[in-house]
Order: sequence, then structure tokens, then C-alpha cells
Amino acid sequence: MSLLLRHTLLALAALAAVVLLTMVVDPFTNVRIATVGYYLVAVAGLTLLTGGNGQISLGHGAFMFIGAYTVGLLVIYVPSFPFWLDLLLAGVTAGLAGMLTGAAAARLHGPYLAGATLGLAVGLPAITQRFPDFLGGSNGLAFTVNSLPAGLKVPQTQWQAWVVWTTTLLVLVLLANVVRGRFGRMLRAVRDDEVAAALSGIHIGRTKIMAFLLSSACGGLAGGLQAFLLGTAAPGSFSVALSLSLLAAMVLGGVGSLWGALWGALALVYVPAWANDVTHSLDLSTNITQNLPLAVFGTVLVVVVLVFPRGIHGAFARLWQSVRKGKP
Amino acid sequence: MRTLILATASVLLLSACSGAGEQPAGGGSASGDPAPGVTDDTVVIGTHQPLTGPAAPGYSRISVAAKAMYSYINDKGGINGRKIDYRVEDDGYNPTRTVEVVKKLVLQDQVFAIVGGLGTPTHSKVVDYLNTEGVPDVLVSSGALMWDDPKSKQTFGFQVDYTREGKIQGKYIADQLAGRKVGLLFQNDDVGRDAQKGLDQFLADRIVSRQAYDPANTDVLPQLNALKSAGAEVVVCSCVPAFTALSILTAARLGYKTQFVVSSIGADPATLTGLLQDFAKRGGTEVSAPALLNGMIGTGYLPDAGRADDPWIQLFREVHAKYIPNEPLTNTIIFGMAQAYTFAHALKLAGRDLTRAKLVQAMESGQISGPGMTPFGFSAQSHSGYTGAYVFQVNPDSTTREIQAPMTTDREKGAITPAPTARKTPAEVALVGP
Repeated sequence: MSLLLRHTLLALAALAAVVLLTMVVDPFTNVRIATVGYYLVAVAGLTLLTGGNGQISLGHGAFMFIGAYTVGLLVIYVPSFPFWLDLLLAGVTAGLAGMLTGAAAARLHGPYLAGATLGLAVGLPAITQRFPDFLGGSNGLAFTVNSLPAGLKVPQTQWQAWVVWTTTLLVLVLLANVVRGRFGRMLRAVRDDEVAAALSGIHIGRTKIMAFLLSSACGGLAGGLQAFLLGTAAPGSFSVALSLSLLAAMVLGGVGSLWGALWGALALVYVPAWANDVTHSLDLSTNITQNLPLAVFGTVLVVVVLVFPRGIHGAFARLWQSVRKGKP
Repeated sequence: MRTLILATASVLLLSACSGAGEQPAGGGSASGDPAPGVTDDTVVIGTHQPLTGPAAPGYSRISVAAKAMYSYINDKGGINGRKIDYRVEDDGYNPTRTVEVVKKLVLQDQVFAIVGGLGTPTHSKVVDYLNTEGVPDVLVSSGALMWDDPKSKQTFGFQVDYTREGKIQGKYIADQLAGRKVGLLFQNDDVGRDAQKGLDQFLADRIVSRQAYDPANTDVLPQLNALKSAGAEVVVCSCVPAFTALSILTAARLGYKTQFVVSSIGADPATLTGLLQDFAKRGGTEVSAPALLNGMIGTGYLPDAGRADDPWIQLFREVHAKYIPNEPLTNTIIFGMAQAYTFAHALKLAGRDLTRAKLVQAMESGQISGPGMTPFGFSAQSHSGYTGAYVFQVNPDSTTREIQAPMTTDREKGAITPAPTARKTPAEVALVGP
């Protein structure tokens, strides 16, 4: 069976599972399921860049920002575009921005690259302050995305979860093929030894820029999906903390693995939600309530990395291997 | 293989050929008996509050106070035989999370109404949703003009809006601080935009500098420097409490002596005292908050927590002493209690056979009078909250004195007139039994 066919069948099975799941849970859980979906896209993009190509980005929140504002502005100013075109353009816009970043980033290594991308995460949302009339200032944009086909009689949140997961799975199929294919090998060659890769005829700069383009397009698409789901794009939602959370989720799940991206996205949505519920029910002082969910997430991250250096997916993979070895 | 992807894509394409920004043909309905969240003996309501994040200092206490007030009402038998079940969700002042938690309240908790959702950047993202779903969205904790919009039939304001407040501030400065150069410092959203609409009616030719701040950036040094170099002798601060405190501290650091005039949202001396000490401590210094706040001018529409002779403050002090004695009694606490009381009043007017439409009718009935120093603007035509404000100045001991009696006005170019002095007392409203 060819790789693409296998991945597509897997994705279709996953989509069917998600659709079934959305039918049995309550409408709000559908919102959570969709949230996991768009975070998965962002973390998967990041894991391609960092795990696959060895480049670090502390600025993926900025690409989500670009994607969310692209969808917001298109919905408001070009209402006749269908939502899937808006989403596509969100990915394209962020991809272009990522390509520019990548062009600069290809010359940078380690902490310098981290610093440059961090600057993007800190600086870019401030552009809303520069153009308060067009981009809404601190208030951001509010809009209603009309996407439910007229004939379809399902709850809005269920439909949104379907759209988000269809997009997510399409992206995952694409990424899975890229990682396994020729370009994936090029990415890894550049990651492992740039000189050796160059000697075997790989254009280092071009490969790095392509990696950034793909990764940031995923980030933009994730932001676009978020805007599609929540009908809002505001600078307050794209803080540095978001970029760092994406990175943390990637490390938690397991760097370089798309399965890891799934565990990371799940943790990103559910760990803070649970920690929030617990801390608020404990009636602690503001200072503690303020920081405890983050502290819990941080502790989980530290523990996982110490115990399973290759993240949650690494732990699963090891478990699976020992089960298989145990068999006669 | 590739056809599969194409097929999936074309299904998406075919299934949604209308534009994403176009209005759908059918809307949601506001009816629906029996009302969600209402049972024989309880009514569930929800709110979104910044319990964490940039607006949490100060504002995180509002829901604590509201909860105390609902406990008081419930212990006296509730409203129309129903206890109020108040659910608070933390949105961290982050609009994305506001949308999430409001959907949680509406879809999962099935609340009857959203009460006192806090913040303009946050709440503006859920108004459309709540109105489409037909969920009453009452007493929004923000003074933006947009809550009073004929398109949003379910949404009602609470605070005096920033334009009315700006007009009253502007006229006061024009009359009482005549001839001084004025600088503006405001939050870069509706707070600033709406406030300037009012201030400019009286001060347009005397404003020497307009500075915006972004709530995500806690450094206001550039803004204060610009105001100082423009020679602003009066600075009108349309700021949330954290940024009033930061501005006062930054001005002190620059050795910039100016008369601060602060909007009601950020002018509570007790809250500011706590913040000033906290921020200074984090910066490694000690400050005398009373000295920094002395002489600050502010506007307000609720009675000050220090006024022991006011019957409403007497009631709020009683509730405070019984339910939350460990909380400092600030004007923020008074705000939370007054808001909860006002909602309970509307709930009572809506009657025992409670529906969402009846609550909206009760809000529009014009019969809601509350603890405020000026009347509400609620009617079938207007969803404005309080219609005016009084002006006060902070004493050396951080208490306040009224320096201009309550005035009311409209949000356009109308005149500013003294507010009626007669107010109902809690005994006259008779919300719950003795």
C-alpha cells in the first residue's frame, strides 16, 4: 500500500471517529474537541520545524495571529468568500510571512534564532495598536463566521468541530507524507549535519526556508481555525505565553512526532482547564490562583521530560516495543 | 489516492457555497419555554470575570462581592421562591477565552442569563452570540456605548457610559480647572474612543497630548514622558485600576506633578492603594499611597464605600460583615454588590413565571432603581445603564469628598443637568423579607 493511501485511510478513519464522538458529547465538548484540533495543527507545524529540521521558533503565536486576523478581515471586508477560502488564505498569508522569517532565520542558529522569533511573537500583535481603526486596537475584531450549509441540520458547534478536524487531518496527511518523503529526508539531513547535507547536493538555505514556510502556514491555519471557531481575533489572545505554550506542548508530546503533537494539543487544552477548575474551587488567594494552572502545566512538563526524555509519544513507543518483545 | 483528498475538498466546497461573512437567512429564536436554567427552586446565571491576567488586580474581587450579595438574598428566601445559582468563569481578560467560557456557560451549564460580563475587549466578542442564542446579557461591566444598541435586544449596560462620563469630566475641567493644559491617557479601545467623544465637546482646543496604552504592555513610561513634555497640567486617565496605579507611580518617578482626573472604572482609592503598594514592592521600593493619591479627582456613580450615612452602604456593609469579612471593603466590592442587587431586582420584577423574554421586559420596564446616585437609562428605546456621575476628590487620608453633585446627561450633545436627588432606599425596594 502506498504511503499516501495509507495515511489517507487512517485520516478518514480518524475523521469518522471524531464525527461519531461529536454526535455523542454535549455541544460545549464539541468546542473543546475543535480546540484540540487547531492546536494540533499548530503543534504539528512546529514539530516539523524543530523535530524535523532542527530550527527553533518561539514565535509561532505570531503566525496564529496572522492567520486569525486574515480570516477576521476577510469575513468582514470580503463577505462573499466562502469560509474554506478564508482558511486557505490564512495559511497562505502566514506561510509567506514565515518564508520571510525563514529567509532571515536561515542565517541564524540556536539562541539567535530563538531571539529573533521571540521578537516576532512580542512585536507583531502590537501592530494592532498602530492601526486601531483597521485592526481594532486592543479590542481586536469580532465577527460571525457563517459556514453551516443551509440544508444541514446539526448543531453549530458540531459542524465547526467537523470543519476543524477535516482541515486538521488534511494537514496531518500532508505533513506525514512530507516527513516520510524526499523532502523529509532533506530536512533531517540538514538538521543532522549541514556540511554533509550540502556536500550531498542539498541547498541548505532553501530547505530551511521551505521548512519555515510549511511550519508557519500550519500556524496560520491554526489561527484561522481559531478565528473560524470563536469569531474573534484580538491581540490579547496571541501573547508570548501562547508561543511558549505551543513549544511546551510539542516537547511534552514528543519532539518530531505527529502523534506527539496530538498528545501535546490534548494537554494544552485539558491540563489548564482541569487545573483552572481545581484552583478556582479551592478558593485560594488571587496570586496563587493566577499562577497555579501554569505551575501545574510546568510541573507536568518537567516531570514528563525527566522521566520520558522523548515525551509522551516516546513513552508510548517504548511501551509498545516492550509489549512486542514480550510476545513469543 | 489523490482523488480522495480532492473528493473531501469538493464535499467541503459544495456543502458551503455561501460566503463566510454573509448573513444567514434564518436567525435563532429568543423564545423557548421553559426557560433554560430555571427550575422550581433555582435560577442559574453565569458571568465571565478576569480572575487572572492584566485586569485581575482589583476586578477579581467583583464576583466575590456579587457572590456575597446572592448568598444574602438566598438566605432570605431567594427571589420569587428561587435561589440564585451564580457561576463565575475566569477568562483572564483574554477574548478567546471569553468566547470559550461563555459558550461553556450557555451550552454546558445552560444558564438563564449572563450577568455583569466584564470588559470591553472581552464582552464585545460574545454579544452577537448571546443575542443570536436569545440569552439575556444584562448589566455588562463596561462603560462602552455598544451595549446600548437596538440590534442587540438582549444586551443591557450597567455603568455610566464613557461618553457621558467624559462629558461630565470635560465640563468640570472646563469650569473648575479653567485655563490649564489637558493631556489624555486612555486604553486603546472603546474606553478611549468613547471617552474622547465626551471630553472633546468641552476640551478639544485645550488638549495638548493624547496618549494610548495597550493593556498587554505594562510600561507607560513613554506615554507619561510625552504628557510631561507637552506640559499637560491636568491628565485625564480613562484607565483600568492597574493602569491608573502604574501611571501615578510613573509620574512620581519622573517627578511629574499633574492633576489626575480618573474615570470611575479606575478611580477607587482603596483598590488603588493596594495596587500602588503592590507594584512599588515588586519594583523594590516603598511608597506612601495616601500621599500619591491625595488630591486625585475621580468620577463615580455609586455611593462611596466610606459613606456610613447612606442606606445602601449600610446594607452593603451588613452583607460584607456577614459573608466576606476578610475582604477589604472597597468601592469594587460595592460595585459587585450593587450589580448583583440590581439583577435580583430585575429578576423579581420578571415574576414567578420566569422566561427570558420577561426578564428583558422587566429590564425595559423603567422600574429598576438601584443603589446608584443617578438614574438608569433603561427603557424600550434605551439599554443604557447609569446616566451620569458625580465628581469627587481624594482626601489626605484616602477617603473621598464629593466636589460636584451627581449630574446626568445623554450620550450625544445634550445638556448636563443635576440628577434627581430622591433615591429609593433598600427598604423601599423591599427585594427580600427582613
